[in-house]
Order: sequence, then C-alpha cells, then structure tokens
Amino acid sequence: MDTHSALFEQGRKRLEALRQLPPRQETSLQERMLKLGITRRDFMKWSASVTALLALPLPFTNLVAEAAELADRVPLIWLHLAECTGCSESLVRTDTPNLDSLIFDHISLEYHETLMAAAGWQAEENLEHALHAYKGSYLLAVEGAVPTANNGTFLTVGCKGHTGMEIIKEAAEGAAAIISVGTCASFGGVQAAAPNPTGAKGVYEVVDKAVVNLGGCPPSEKNIVGTLMYFVMFGRLPALDMFNRPKWAYGARVHDNCERRGRFDAGEFVEKFGDEGAKEGYCLYKVGCKGPYTYNNCPTERFNHHVSWPVLAGHGCMGCSEPNFWDDMADFEKPLGRQLIHGLDATADTIGGVILAATVVGIGAHAVASVFAGSKED
Amino acid sequence: MNQRVVIDPITRIEGHLRIEVEVDENNVVQKAWSSSTLWRGLEVILKGRTPMDVGLLVQRICGVCTYSHYRCGTEAVENALGLKIPLNARYLRSLMQTSLFMHDHIVHFYHLHGLDWVDVVSALSADPVKASQLAHEYIHNPIATSDGELRAVQERVKGFVATGKLGPFANAYWGNKTYKFSPEQNLIALSHYLKALEVQRVAAEMLAIFGGKQPHPQSLVVGGVTSVRDMLSPARLQEWKQKHAIVQDFIERAYKADVIMAASAFGTEPSVLGGVAIKNFMCTNEFVIGDQEYIFQQGVIMNGDLSKVTDVNPDLIAEDVTHSWYSADKAQHPYDGTTIPNYTGLVERDTVYGKLPTLDGDNKYSWVKSPRYDGEPVEVGPLACLLVNYAKGNKVVVDAVNELLQVTGLPVAALFTTLGRTAARMVQTCIVAKHGLETFDALLSNMQSDEATYIEPQIDSSKEYVGHSMIEAPRGLLSHWIRIKGGLVENYQAVVPTTWNAGPVDANGKVGPYEASLVGLQLEDPTKPLEVIRVIHSFDPCMACAVHVMDYKGQSLGEFRIDPNAC
Repeated sequence: MDTHSALFEQGRKRLEALRQLPPRQETSLQERMLKLGITRRDFMKWSASVTALLALPLPFTNLVAEAAELADRVPLIWLHLAECTGCSESLVRTDTPNLDSLIFDHISLEYHETLMAAAGWQAEENLEHALHAYKGSYLLAVEGAVPTANNGTFLTVGCKGHTGMEIIKEAAEGAAAIISVGTCASFGGVQAAAPNPTGAKGVYEVVDKAVVNLGGCPPSEKNIVGTLMYFVMFGRLPALDMFNRPKWAYGARVHDNCERRGRFDAGEFVEKFGDEGAKEGYCLYKVGCKGPYTYNNCPTERFNHHVSWPVLAGHGCMGCSEPNFWDDMADFEKPLGRQLIHGLDATADTIGGVILAATVVGIGAHAVASVFAGSKED
Repeated sequence: MNQRVVIDPITRIEGHLRIEVEVDENNVVQKAWSSSTLWRGLEVILKGRTPMDVGLLVQRICGVCTYSHYRCGTEAVENALGLKIPLNARYLRSLMQTSLFMHDHIVHFYHLHGLDWVDVVSALSADPVKASQLAHEYIHNPIATSDGELRAVQERVKGFVATGKLGPFANAYWGNKTYKFSPEQNLIALSHYLKALEVQRVAAEMLAIFGGKQPHPQSLVVGGVTSVRDMLSPARLQEWKQKHAIVQDFIERAYKADVIMAASAFGTEPSVLGGVAIKNFMCTNEFVIGDQEYIFQQGVIMNGDLSKVTDVNPDLIAEDVTHSWYSADKAQHPYDGTTIPNYTGLVERDTVYGKLPTLDGDNKYSWVKSPRYDGEPVEVGPLACLLVNYAKGNKVVVDAVNELLQVTGLPVAALFTTLGRTAARMVQTCIVAKHGLETFDALLSNMQSDEATYIEPQIDSSKEYVGHSMIEAPRGLLSHWIRIKGGLVENYQAVVPTTWNAGPVDANGKVGPYEASLVGLQLEDPTKPLEVIRVIHSFDPCMACAVHVMDYKGQSLGEFRIDPNAC
C-alpha cells in the first residue's frame, strides 16, 4: 500500500472510531450549516482548501469534511502560560473556518481563558472536570512558555495557586496529543531570550510526551486550525521536521516561496527603507530579511485572510518561527551574514558571502539547507 | 464575620489576574486586592540590544494591543535620538492605531465584557419577533436583528444548551439576578456577539494592510514605516477604506445601540452604578489629523474637578513597589526605575471555597507596580480620555458625550460609574471610527507632494541618549522610557495603562483604581462573584502589559541569579 492510501485508511478508521463516540451536540453539522445558509458546496470548498493546506491529495477532501462533522467528539483544552495572548488573537482571526463555527460546530472547546464565560473558582472547576472526564482523549493546546526558575513561581494560575509548571505537567499526562501554539510554547519565545530571567522553557522541555511545535509569533491562524483538523482526522500528529514542526506548514523556507525572490535572483535589493527599491518591491535581504533561514508558509498563506505578510509590507522576515530567533537573528535590520544558525550555517555562510560581495547569487546553496532541515520521520 | 473571596483566573482578559475581596455579613466588599501572577522580565532582556530592535521586542509585551507597544517603543527611541519622522509615516501609524482601536474595543465589549451583561441562557426564551421590533427602539436601522436572523441565532444556541454541554459558556453565572436584560434584549446582544466575531476579523485585516499582519504587525522601524508600496497603491488605500466602512457600520448600528440598550436596562442596577472611586484622570494626544493636530488632547484632572485641566508633566510620574514583588527604597521615576524581583508567595487562609493560598495584602502581593502622578493614583483609559477632553471643551468629544447623555437620559454623574466606563469606550470608538477618516484624507492630501516614509536614524555611540514616548493605547495612557548608551539599550521602562489601573496599594496607603472600584460593591452570591468580574472587566484588563518589568545588575532571587552581562 502506498503512503497516501495507508494514510487514508488510517484516517478512515479514526473517523469510524470517532463516529462510535456519542455526539456532544444534538443536531448534526449539516443541519446547522443548512440553517446558517452554508451550502454543501461551500462546505466542500472549505474542505478542499484545508486538504490543500495540509498538503494532502484531493481525494482526502471527503475525509476532511467528515472530520469536521465529527470534530465535536474531540475535547480541546487550551492553556495560557507565560505569553501575550497573541496566539489566541491569531486564532480568533481564523477564517477557515470562522471562529464561531469552530466553537459551535467543530471542536469541543472545554477550556480557554480568553474566551470562556466562567471565571475564578468556576473556571478552575471546568478545567478539573475536563482533565478528568476526558482523560486520555483530549487535545491539549498550550500558549506561552513555562517559567521554571524559582520553582516556577513566576507564574501561578487559579484559586489554588498552582504554578504553570505544575499545571502543564498534570494536563500533559492525560492528553491524547499536545500542540504548542506559537514560539513561546514551542521554544520559550521572547521571555526565554537572553538572559532568560524566569528560566522560561518550551513545553516539550518539561513534559515527557511528544509535542508538535507551531513556531511563529504568532503562528498564522491557518497553521493552528490545520493542525487541529489533522489531529481530528488522523488521531495523531503530522510528519514533523527537526524542531517538531508540521512539515506541511514548515517544510519550505520563507525565501523559497517569497514574492520578492525574483528580485533576489536578479540582484535587486532595497538599500534603505523608503528608497526607490522599496517602492519597487526589491528584495529585503540587505535590510535584514531572515527569510533564507526561516521555515514557514507565510509567503503562500500570508496572514489575516490572506491580506498581507511582513515582506509584502516592506519589512524583512524576522525569523519568528525559529528557536532562539530573538538572540540568533538580532539585530533585525541587518543581514545575518556569517553566523551560525542551528543546522543552517552552510546556507547562512553562502548567502552572506554572496550578498556581501553583492554580485553573484548562490541559488544552489538553498538546496543545501533543505538537507539540514530534513525530518526525523523521513 | 468577614469572608474572603478568591477569583483566579479572571478569564476573558489578556494575561493572568487574581482578584481577592473581603465581604461582610451583608456580602458588601470591605477590602479588595488586585494581583498579577505572571512575570516575564522583558525589560532585562532589552538591555544591551540595539535600539532598532526595541519596537519588535516590546510589541511582545502584549498580543492584544500589540501595535500600541510597537509604536510606543519605536517612538521612544525616535524621541531619544531627536528624530523627526516624515508626516506620511505619522499618518500611516495613526491609521494603524485607528484600526487597532476599532478592533480592540469591539472585541472587548462583545467577547470579553459582553457575557457579564448578557445572559445567554435567558436569550433562549425570547420571542424573536418581539426582539426584532425592540431592536429598533435603540437605533432606527439595527444590524443582524431581523426576526429570521434572531431565530437562527436562538436555534443555534439551543442545540448547544439542550445537551447541557456548554463548552466555553459552561459553569458561568447564568440566572444571576444582576443580569438585567429581558430575554429579547439578551437575544439581540447575543446575535451581535456572533456578528462581532466576523466584524473584528475585518478590523484586524485593516491593520494588516499597512502592518503586514495582526497581531504583531511588522512595518514600523525607527525612522518611519516600511509599507510604502501599500501606501502608494490606490487599490490598497481603497481596501482600507472599504473595510473601515464595514467596521464603522457595525460600531454605529450594533455597538452603539447595544450600549444604549444596556444603559436603559442597567440604569438602576446598583452593582454598576459606583466603581469610579479614584477621581483622577489622565490621557495624552492621539490620532494625528494634521501636523500637531489631534482628535484627542492630553491633560490631567484631579479630584474629579472638571473645571481644571492641567498639562501632563512627565516629571511627576513615579512607580512605587511597596506592595509589589520587587525591592526598592522609594518610588522611582521611569528613567531611573529599578525592578528587583522579590517574590514572597501566598498565605493560606479560610475563604468561601475553603482553605486556599491567598494574597498577603499586608505585605507584597502582585507583579504589578503602582505608578503615581504627583503621588496620587490615577485612572487611565477611554473614560479618562473623554473626561479630560470634555472638560477641555474639545467639541468632538463634547458633542459625542452630550449625545450619549441625551439618548440615555442619564446625568453627567452617570459617567463616573462602571456603566459609564463601558459606555465611554463605545463613545470613544465612535469618535475614532468617524474622525479617523480625517487622518486618511490628510494622508492622501500630503501624498500629492510628498512620498517620504522614512528617515535614516543615526546613533553616535559616544553619546548618551534619553527619551520617552506617550501614546493613547486602547486601554489608556501608555508610556515607554529609554536610556541609550554606547549605541545600545542601557535602561528601559514601560508604564502601561493596566499598571496605572491595576497596581496594588502604595507606601502611603493610597489604593489604585481596580481595588478602589470594588469597595462597597454588594455581591448576590460570594461564591459566584459576577459583580466583581463585571467591574474589573469594565477596565479591560491587560496583565501582560502591566507586568513586563525587570531591571538592573545581577539581582539575586532565591535560587537563581540574573546576569545582565549574559546578553
């Protein structure tokens, strides 16, 4: 059986199993869509776009649609640790599907501090109830880093005053899968930048389970929703790269698909913000773009319903989906040049040399980086 | 005997906030404590970095008013370097600020504050036809309130409630007697709650047009703005204006109408009629509509005296940490502020929920500092902005406030309440939506003769620079303060709106706005303190903003050391 048919079979079995679970809502998704004036055709279009997003072949569209219909069987618990809520804000912007659909129709959101109606003691009861009632089956999404210094007391949550570290360990234990949403939960983020005064760490560093990391500050809403749908559909995490990021989203460099790539290849660079090159849309490498060192789908998916992304707005990529980017890629308005960036030093070196020489363009170098970014599962 | 009530987490806010109150035998609040329970230390992280990266980094203070910190940090550096940026860049920054205000205030009212006013379960028993008629009483052309639409909303939520599995609506305070909307009014608001989810997305897209993305836009640099192509594109400008129209329409036909509806229903509800207990207010200039022309003007009011407005004097700001988890000898001006962590923990005591760790109110109990203006606590935010400008006779504000008072039939005194604080945010949003277009027109006009968006900053590493920036964020007056030495950040402090409002009691026993707003509040059921949550939410708390601070030379902190030389 080839990989895709095996995967399809796995998804089919997973959805069959989900179908055996009691629905948590009385009316089906189809009935609700009908009432909202969403046609089957619209819904299938949405399913096809999610299928494409997940880099699955078109025949999976039916599987995605079925997964959406059965998503109400999957409880989601979303925790906030040391963070700024930007990732939740990103989720709230989601248009595939709309957040209201997400809440009402797809995933069963059991706990989310920014959105839930209950507070205080009652909120904590909801969390305890969900952790207990859905033990072993809930999907755990985490936003924010885990402060570990001083016994974790830089963060306490809830009437019982538990530290973030205690809470994440308990929640991780009963989770069917864990998703670190954003660079803070994935790699520690801004609070973990030197000298990391609170000992902030990524979730994967403090729990004993596999964690999927959605790098990005914030990750795009599509990467969050796509990952949720993948879990519903297959009951497991997608293929991951060396930093445990889903390959369907983080498989290519920003530079590879950049709309200004032609300018780079032609040697046309913005020399200074606001100059004639900036008005013409020249490459931003010389004013600090970190696209050649950064793995994400920003150029193709963009942000906010495809409205824009930093490079379109004339600012170089700052590498925000990479571990330690706050330290490794600063200062952000200068080209990285000859520096060591996790496995990608070969690329950085070549590009730095090439650009600083400002003559030839070493396109071949990019093939080298792909080798370093190879996955664990390959 | 007095009882302690602990509320943690305060949900539907940004960040981690814990509120505790002590109620007497009549359930009237006698004392209140406000605490943030997360500290991230961003300011120590800033030290030793290039000033050019400051904006990107301080932006991560908050993912909600993300743009405010980005702009304020960038402008603090520009102020220190004495840089005058091109007018186009100022207009673009102001347009992004307009987008942020429209986005932030809608999300706050409906998705964060709304469920304190709207009883979702009650909406299920509403008559959609009656509700649709009623909607016209608050505005002649309401949005998303035809009987068909309302019936669809009801059906949608019904299926949800019938299973008894409410998801994000579970275990809240439905049925509490201080919910005052009729079932029909609840249904109208619920319909707008759902509609607002769509509209806020459009508002976020507005900011993304010139910002690259939202949250955490990426188009400001020290010296200007990078989205010059978007500025020069007529299609892009038109896109902004179209989205603006969609959001403005919702603000005027739903948000405004719903606040008027709330004023009529809650106008006699005691739990929202007090709550503005610190009568000192402060705001700054915001929304540039011409060189040195602003929609809102800066000023300070003390002791509720609307007859006297003074100019904001940056020298009079100082932060006290007597009851914060930091060490310092005395209150400090932000340029010289230190932030030495000193966590002393919680103390076990009896509460309405049994024995729990609680805040040690006599000692240190929060990661938020206590900023003071001339030694006094001050409330900042939309209410402060409106009061200062009303007192100054700013015509735009006077007209908008008078209109609100007229349609609701409420006296000026009604502004000094929790209800007034919530209404002020709506009035401010309407003004921003309407007059923000003046900035847009000013940009178009200036672009006819000037396409500059950036001026290159120069830093002399042999010189020391000091500067600050004050802007009006959605939650109120925001200031960032920087010292640059050797071409790098030597010291950085942010004094943010939620710090002004949420800070603990100071060395002189003066309490801040959050804590003062709760004293005297009567709770129907201390184990379900909806009233406290409603009052606190009216400030629109943003805790990650409020706690960001950390400073100075290798401070010992229990078992670990901070080494600033490591950066």
